[in-house]
Amino acid sequence: MYHTDIVIVGAGAVGTAIARELSKYEVKVLVVDKRDDVGGDASKSNSSIICSGFDCPPDTLESMLCLAQRSMIEQLVKELDIPFRVCGAIMPAVTKEQYDLLPGIYREAYRNHVYDVEYVSPKQILEMEPEVNPDVLGGLYIPRDAVIDPFLFVVAQAENAACNGVEFLLNCQVTGIGRGNGKIETVETTRGTIYTKYVINAAGLFCDDIAEMAGERDFVVKPRKGQFFILDKNTPCKISHIIYPIPTPETRGKLLLPTIHGNILLGPTAEDLDDKEDHSVTAQELEGVARDCRRLVPNIRVQDAVTQYCGLRPNRIPAGFHIGLSEQTKGYLGISGVRSTGISTSLGIAKYVVNMLQEAGANLPFKFDYVRTRKGIPCFREADMKTRMALQKENPLYGKVICRCETVTEAEILEAIHRPVGATTVDGIKRRVRAGMGRCQGGFCGPQVIEILARELHIPVEEVNKNLEGSYMVEGLLRGAGTGKGGR
Amino acid sequence: MEGIAAYMERPVSNTESGTEETEQKEVYDVVMIGAGPAGLAAAAAAKEEGAGRVLVIDRDSAGGGILQQCIHPGFGLTYYREELTGPEYAGRFLTKAADEQAEFLLNTMVLEINPAKRTLLCSSQEHGMMQIQAKAIVLAMGCRERTRANIRIPGTRPSGIYTAGAAQRLINRQNIMPGKKAVILGSGDIGMIMARRMTLEGAEVTAVVEIMDYLAGLTRNRVQCLDDFGIPLLLSHTVTKIVGNRRIEGVWVSQVDEKREPISGTERYYPCDTLLLSVGLIPENELSRTAGVETDPVTGGPVVDQHMQTSAEGIFACGNVVHVNDLADNVSLESERAGRAAARYAAGKLCRGLRERADGQIPCIAGENIRYICPQRIAAPAGDEDVSVYFRVSRPDRDVRIIARLNGEIIASRREMRVNPGEMLSLLLPGSRIAAGELTICVMKE
Repeated sequence: MYHTDIVIVGAGAVGTAIARELSKYEVKVLVVDKRDDVGGDASKSNSSIICSGFDCPPDTLESMLCLAQRSMIEQLVKELDIPFRVCGAIMPAVTKEQYDLLPGIYREAYRNHVYDVEYVSPKQILEMEPEVNPDVLGGLYIPRDAVIDPFLFVVAQAENAACNGVEFLLNCQVTGIGRGNGKIETVETTRGTIYTKYVINAAGLFCDDIAEMAGERDFVVKPRKGQFFILDKNTPCKISHIIYPIPTPETRGKLLLPTIHGNILLGPTAEDLDDKEDHSVTAQELEGVARDCRRLVPNIRVQDAVTQYCGLRPNRIPAGFHIGLSEQTKGYLGISGVRSTGISTSLGIAKYVVNMLQEAGANLPFKFDYVRTRKGIPCFREADMKTRMALQKENPLYGKVICRCETVTEAEILEAIHRPVGATTVDGIKRRVRAGMGRCQGGFCGPQVIEILARELHIPVEEVNKNLEGSYMVEGLLRGAGTGKGGR
Repeated sequence: MEGIAAYMERPVSNTESGTEETEQKEVYDVVMIGAGPAGLAAAAAAKEEGAGRVLVIDRDSAGGGILQQCIHPGFGLTYYREELTGPEYAGRFLTKAADEQAEFLLNTMVLEINPAKRTLLCSSQEHGMMQIQAKAIVLAMGCRERTRANIRIPGTRPSGIYTAGAAQRLINRQNIMPGKKAVILGSGDIGMIMARRMTLEGAEVTAVVEIMDYLAGLTRNRVQCLDDFGIPLLLSHTVTKIVGNRRIEGVWVSQVDEKREPISGTERYYPCDTLLLSVGLIPENELSRTAGVETDPVTGGPVVDQHMQTSAEGIFACGNVVHVNDLADNVSLESERAGRAAARYAAGKLCRGLRERADGQIPCIAGENIRYICPQRIAAPAGDEDVSVYFRVSRPDRDVRIIARLNGEIIASRREMRVNPGEMLSLLLPGSRIAAGELTICVMKE
């Protein structure tokens, strides 16, 4: 049983940003998520772009919040030490039909108050990005579109929120919302009842289910699957900007970009589904990603993929951002319709939500001892010689490389586990410090990471999960090995 | 386990080395990167050839490399004419290298090679960052396994999908059982060996699935690991989909046509909690890249000459980092050549890298039904030294003759009853007949 002031359902980009924003105030906040880790679903499996908002539907809440966030993000990544790079984006037109669409997109950017979008000639495009299709007829340059580490974007905010008093309850599924006298009273979960005054529904793909529990469902959410490729850092065909396709009425299309860690990302697809648990990649759709991306960058080597994955964007029907307090149930705040721009709008949403609570009379006094900053886990791979030596002097485990592909040391893995809202699973470690993220995909370090997790969390090896409960990594000890306890 | 345990904790000799460029570095004649079969054989041979200080560096806490987890027999049949397990085989070479006074630096990862200065930048828990100076370097980092992404298996991404080598490490080194009902994709040697190993540990292996219409690994492994245990081998089949959101629950398997495309209507579901991948090995050359050595797109390893010298002067390479071998015995033999040549180079008796003597090089060209040849180039004149060339065929065949031609003239040939891409072949070229020109190897029907 828990008592709190505000329950945030969902620890994705939106829920975590709201938690961090609320942690600036004297209020008790509890974040619940059914997953093993913060980072949600769409928030961890997306194209990792912080968009200027140039291509949002103009005059919408989405457009406004995208624009608002772009003004805040550079300060946030400094405060929270999040890998972020303003690489800029190019939108090349490779057919006459596409070329004819450029003025419309340019005007839309203007209507979205993104005034720095410019036309660029084929020559300029090829100077900026020599691997673009030489048949390019012209395009647009969007200078402030940026790439971020989407996992650390969420993890950093969660750590900072936790350090300012927010509690996180993971592996915790909401099963009901108790109302009485026209207001929120409890949130029922698989980990017990939570007494609360407010519920903020930031459950993304499942926000319609949560809304249903609060009697607030006047929409549905369908998953829109996006499949991606990540290419090896050593792939010979390189790009340095985000390369957007010209959007069609149906989809923004498949893009290419240099990730913050030096890989190349291709994708996503846009497949409308019914099953919210369908996390499968398909040969046909991935072939489509490869084909479409080769139209923009002909030499891209999809055979250098180190992984493929998919994310499910929450596609609200009817579409559009909806953020609001319930009129019939006091204390319920619903967020829905955040689909493709979740990480680009989450900071804006957080400000918007907190302002909404304040306007509705919530008592939110500012916290004087609020800690604004957070330091990332020092990264051995990217450190210079002097820093490496200093790190090793402080902690000799900074000399012990566990993941050879990404050069991740044991010290980093231990810190990922022991930080607030730390990693409890193999994927949690991978997302925080990139062990297993490289070309061997954990073939070499995986077995060691399992043992480290078991040792540090004081659990038997068979209780180490890849991510969700039930995703056990191994069966147990061999017959007769160790304590003789082995086996599931 | 002779050998290995004895050297687990072998102290490092005075490697309290310079960490800054200005500080003093440890200086060695020959440094091997990797203490697997390649590095160990090269180290022993370098010492026998008269090299002064020889160092073997490895990231593991013990020497032997992947052989430490290869507890099955089948090693040494060529080299020692007796059958040993992997750890026993490695132990012999560890003893040999140690008897020859080679030094070991374990628990140490080489991060970068500076080819111009021939220095290695390393990191370890014990010594932190350190630089090591070498007169000659031998790359012996081995290979890694191809992953699910490399072959793009569709489906979900649950737990329970391991490369065969990772599963082998879990069972044989960590005493951990990955699962209890397995399907194995790929008929590589490690896959077949793990089919047997999993079965011996009480798991059920329902099928070994191979996309090609022939076996990827050695025939003897099929007999000893699959047939003897009644494990079905499905040739011309592949896994078309992985099922399960948390732990893997099963795989869909289809027969494939001659273009390796799944044939619809042949799908069959195999429930399993484990999928092991044995779908090929890739030479691990990330470090070689930092050294700027030229690589062969077919093998994925450095281009070498008959002395196993790469395009970077003084940098040699041997074993699976050059090309994936079928037998550890072949690795040992090849690595001894590399070790001897590196020792001679360090002593100033063998000069010039591949790049510097482009005029005197004989390119080795893969002809009919040859996938690749190692070495890729022969430095001429070879003098009195005969030159062994190793190669694999592209597809299986029988009753053939393998022919090596220099400028059109046959200089060596051999009859083979069967050739198989899974088995490496070799020819000995008489040194007296090697002269400038172009060498072609091909497979001809008898």
